[in-house]
Amino acid sequence: MGAETEYGIHTPGNSSFNATWLSTQVVHAYSKETGHRAAAGGETRWDYTDEDPLADARGWVLPRQEADPSQLTDSEPELTAAQIALEGGVALDHSGPLMMNMVLGNGARLYVDHAHPEYSSPEVTNPLDAVRWDAAGDVVALAAIRRIAATQGLPPINLYKNNTDNKSVSYGSHENYLVPRHVPFNSIVTGLTPFFVTRQLMCGAGRVGLGQDGSGHGFQLSQRADFFEAEVGLETTIRRPIINTRDEPHSVVDKYRRLHVIIGDANLSQVSNYLKFGTTAIVLDMIEQGTAPVLAFADPVATLKDVSHDWQLRAKHLLRDGQRVTALEVQRLYLEAAKEHCAANGSSHPDTGDGHTAAVLARWEDVLTALAADPMTLANQLDWVAKLSLLQQYRARDNMAWNDPRLALIDLQWADIRPEKGLYYKLLQLGRMERLVTDQSIAHAAEQPPVDTRAYFRGQCIQRYGESVVGASWDSVIFELPHQRRLQRVPTKEPLRGTRELTGELFETSPDAETFLGRLLAGAP
Amino acid sequence: MASQEQKNVSSRTEEEQVDEAPLPTPAPDSGAAQAATSGVDDLLDEIDGVLESNAEEFVRGFVQKGGQ
Repeated sequence: MGAETEYGIHTPGNSSFNATWLSTQVVHAYSKETGHRAAAGGETRWDYTDEDPLADARGWVLPRQEADPSQLTDSEPELTAAQIALEGGVALDHSGPLMMNMVLGNGARLYVDHAHPEYSSPEVTNPLDAVRWDAAGDVVALAAIRRIAATQGLPPINLYKNNTDNKSVSYGSHENYLVPRHVPFNSIVTGLTPFFVTRQLMCGAGRVGLGQDGSGHGFQLSQRADFFEAEVGLETTIRRPIINTRDEPHSVVDKYRRLHVIIGDANLSQVSNYLKFGTTAIVLDMIEQGTAPVLAFADPVATLKDVSHDWQLRAKHLLRDGQRVTALEVQRLYLEAAKEHCAANGSSHPDTGDGHTAAVLARWEDVLTALAADPMTLANQLDWVAKLSLLQQYRARDNMAWNDPRLALIDLQWADIRPEKGLYYKLLQLGRMERLVTDQSIAHAAEQPPVDTRAYFRGQCIQRYGESVVGASWDSVIFELPHQRRLQRVPTKEPLRGTRELTGELFETSPDAETFLGRLLAGAP
Repeated sequence: MASQEQKNVSSRTEEEQVDEAPLPTPAPDSGAAQAATSGVDDLLDEIDGVLESNAEEFVRGFVQKGGQ
């Protein structure tokens, strides 16, 4: 699994800058910070060979001419001064390269996507690592903007880990899960939809304002809910669907699909983020084995918004069979089925289980129980409750209505990634938000890849042989060796190969890229 | 006292978070109520100190281009 975060980008007091240009500055600043590829004078190019954004998991390919231009993510966006000028906004004269893309030493990708800087975490195998390497992205982004703040001639840039500007625009925070290809896509749609409509109870980031433009007064659980308009579809930037059908496995096509989940909020709370990845992975496993609960909302898109707007958790929602249920009851149904499923397959066994499932189930149950009793007791665990609790204290002290601009500011500044300004970080420092992973391990994850996926291979290649790596992607690393005219492309199609166990010794004992590649291709252990 | 108690009720969850280990709840007396109230005030004072100064203008200026 893995996480993608598009950050909101802002130059305070000056909205005239071109957002794409600003985003390139973030990537550029981080490359200066790490020195990766800077030595060779350029960026690590993304290898687009295996990108296929128009392949639909339902079994067809969208004709290129029918696609929205924002869907064509499989070619290097050519960023020139002319193109930036076309977008409008100020781009300062700048002698350095306009950097669009970097592959990081921790196996992540940092790049410019749709006028936002985006961090895509390395592949991980469990929800705790997903939290760790997602939070590592915030450390990376922070290092970049600190460097920009210290660079003469550049405007100070703030980044926000949120999903809307409250003026009709939304940007995403996606999850990716590896799913066996033999699971019928239709089972994924029916099994996941009720879960996705209701999991915002645990992993909504909270939002002040209702409707896409935020003009309605009030609070809601989710940043993203109001931006979803379809049940199933290929798009991610328009007519957003609850289930996204992009079929770009970035791995062995016949064996796997990569389920691209676009409905989630960006989470700062570690507990919310942990439950987001942990529970979704379990539900996908249940769908694969045919043990997921069978139910369907009469109107999932409308119910998604209704659940989000009902922060007092009172509403009952219409199912297709005419019954009405609360969002909490639906989550309970999934939890009970999950407990049975995981007990049966042994994954939740305290001694012989996988070491993660039992903890996810226990937290899931605790949180649902607390939501039923008094949601505000979760103010130290869940993003939306923590944010709401702070907002309510302000409303009580200063007698503010929901449309008070200071509440909108608290909502926005909640997600400021700077520890001295971000309100989430303030609560964290004050011991008011629970930690699941230490700051130290997050800092480590910003530099080092996970050891148990192919991200280890990618990250080690960048760290050790960065000057010889001219391109990389999720499923390849491309080398250019000094004495060879042809580029050497190493495919990494199996997400669980390229681990430290399999390649660690080879890295340790190969002083340079040439030795490494020679031994790798000769089949050294 | 009545208003203090009311404030204390709304702040109870905050107090529970500060004490990470669950502690037996003492009988409410004016001292505890006072401490609870000042705990909330301290938090909001701290947040007041970092909030951007012109809320309306700052929020209006945060305009994003479309994303995924």
